[in-house]
Amino acid sequence: MATAKHELKLGRATREAFGEALVELGRENPNVVVCDADLSKSTYTHLFAKEFKDRFFECGIAEANMVAIGAGLAHAGKVPFVSSFSAFLLNKGFEQLRVTAAYGRTNLKAVGTHSGISIGEDGPSQMSIEDISLATSLAGFTVIAPCDEIAMKELVKQAAHTWGPFFIRAGRAKCPLVYSPDQKFEIGKAIEVVAGTDVTVIANGLLVAEAVKASDTLADEGISVRVVDMHTVKPIDRDAIAKAAAETGAIVVAEEHLVDAGLGVRVAQVVAETNPCVMEFLGINDTYAESGTPDDVLDKYGMRAKNVVEKIKAVLARKKK
Amino acid sequence: MQKTSNVAELEAICKSVRRSIIEMIYHAKSGHPGGSLSAVETLVTLYFDVMNHKPEQPDWKDRDRFILSKGHACPVLYAVMAECGYTPKDKLNTLRELGSIYQGHPDMRFIPSLEASTGSLGLGLSLAIGMGLAAKLDKSPARTYVVLGDGEIQEGQIWEAAMFGSYHHVDNVCCIVDYNKIQLDGWVKDIMGLEPLADKWKSFGWHVIQPDGHSVSGMQAAFAEAAATKNKPTVIIAETIKGKGVSFMENNPKYHGVAPNADEYKKALEELQ
Ligand SMILES: Cc1ncc(C[n+]2csc(CCOP(=O)(O)OP(=O)(O)O)c2C)c(N)n1
Ligand SMILES: [Mg+2]
Repeated sequence: MATAKHELKLGRATREAFGEALVELGRENPNVVVCDADLSKSTYTHLFAKEFKDRFFECGIAEANMVAIGAGLAHAGKVPFVSSFSAFLLNKGFEQLRVTAAYGRTNLKAVGTHSGISIGEDGPSQMSIEDISLATSLAGFTVIAPCDEIAMKELVKQAAHTWGPFFIRAGRAKCPLVYSPDQKFEIGKAIEVVAGTDVTVIANGLLVAEAVKASDTLADEGISVRVVDMHTVKPIDRDAIAKAAAETGAIVVAEEHLVDAGLGVRVAQVVAETNPCVMEFLGINDTYAESGTPDDVLDKYGMRAKNVVEKIKAVLARKKK
Repeated sequence: MQKTSNVAELEAICKSVRRSIIEMIYHAKSGHPGGSLSAVETLVTLYFDVMNHKPEQPDWKDRDRFILSKGHACPVLYAVMAECGYTPKDKLNTLRELGSIYQGHPDMRFIPSLEASTGSLGLGLSLAIGMGLAAKLDKSPARTYVVLGDGEIQEGQIWEAAMFGSYHHVDNVCCIVDYNKIQLDGWVKDIMGLEPLADKWKSFGWHVIQPDGHSVSGMQAAFAEAAATKNKPTVIIAETIKGKGVSFMENNPKYHGVAPNADEYKKALEELQ
């Protein structure tokens, strides 16, 4: 019997929503300042730069310096957003994030765009498949990876309103709208996007929509899939994970990130500590991807609903009847 | 491959390389024309005249080495390497396609004869100095050439490398700054200006040469002067025009990272006849 499918209209890129959120924040709080490293057209911080010339600092191609300048601004009472591609922000700016922003206890908001492999043509040097791993290893950081423009806009605003260092992960590609405009979000609280009882897919970013599609496919086969959007990777929603493990007894974690070091291992840790159950993990497997159209790259590296379906079947085969 | 010191012949190669760049980026529908076109004379003079290398034996120990630190300009490198015979010319237009050896940024997994995988700016000068140090240890005559973007040298690591290079007398490294005055978001002077640039390098202990980067004979002379300069490394600050050779791309920040459309493609190829 065919069941009603979720309608996933294509929305805008999360980086675009980030840029718009910054403008709104700029209007409400004169202490909001923005730094970028010669990528403002791509990160959408140019929207803020246009309206608030004095509060925008173009730092040039010097990400490490930018991060520490941001930390300085934060120490002096500003609410600084520093932005670049995730790959450059995290990898070039890591020491600065660690010592000046995390250990140094600041209110810095670091936003990396063009995360994951879905940037396509530019290839691995610009792709970011380890940013969640790096960011979650910064003590005291809150780490967020929203899945659509609605989630991004709201969570960026909440980050600005919450004291403490943040890393927020944005993407280049347009992504399907998972949420309606009236959706409520809370940092650290996962959202059950699809109810289900046989198995849970915990995902974030682009993989949430793929998981929703997978749940639709499997509903036709009589398999009830719960989909949980773990938009906050740190602090992680332990209750949602423990509940999924207890109630469905099987979990698949799906992410556009290195599988060895991202959301999956963090979920597994909570599962091990609460209600151990069978698990499978979908992500990038110990490799760097390659150039190609975003679609070609996502297909080749297994970031699709059909790959989620395969993982669900694999975990269900291991689940004790 | 046929090497030559003849300026007219080198200029003819430059023109054909510019055509290849436009064709590749047009077919890929994305890529970086501006900074590829500004570096054409530099790469052609190096690969066809100055450098000691053997395309038929890319792992020759004593070869001169080349690193495109500003990896986004890889169309110029791919066109030149294909022209030399390192890689297939008839595949150039697969740039940026899944599985193509002509990846969006230089990738040694796909082209083993590349000396480095690049694309994250700021790393190449340090790599070149490492290769220069190794050549000295090995008593090899090999020289290492590295091309940096002018925006790229805003990266702090460039200046750590600059300090190291002169302190350790790494005179077998020659660094070329493609001084085209434009980076991604706009003009370098509006983002974080570099002047006085020659003075900066001099104060870091480098021998500085400032030729017209679009004059083949000027670049030949600069490379000769660099090779003759002992005890300190040389930086060639090549005065260039971003988008050089295609009128509507010249000095236009828009064409840093945008492919020509069908009309622009036609017009560009007409100008490069
Ligand atoms: C570390 C790093 N930061 C940012 C980028 C994104 N990016 C690619 S090209 C570019 C501008 C480069 O300008 P320039 O060095 O002047 O190169 P050219 O003008 O020769 O193209 C930027 C910011 C990058 N590739 N690497
Ligand atoms: Mg430039």
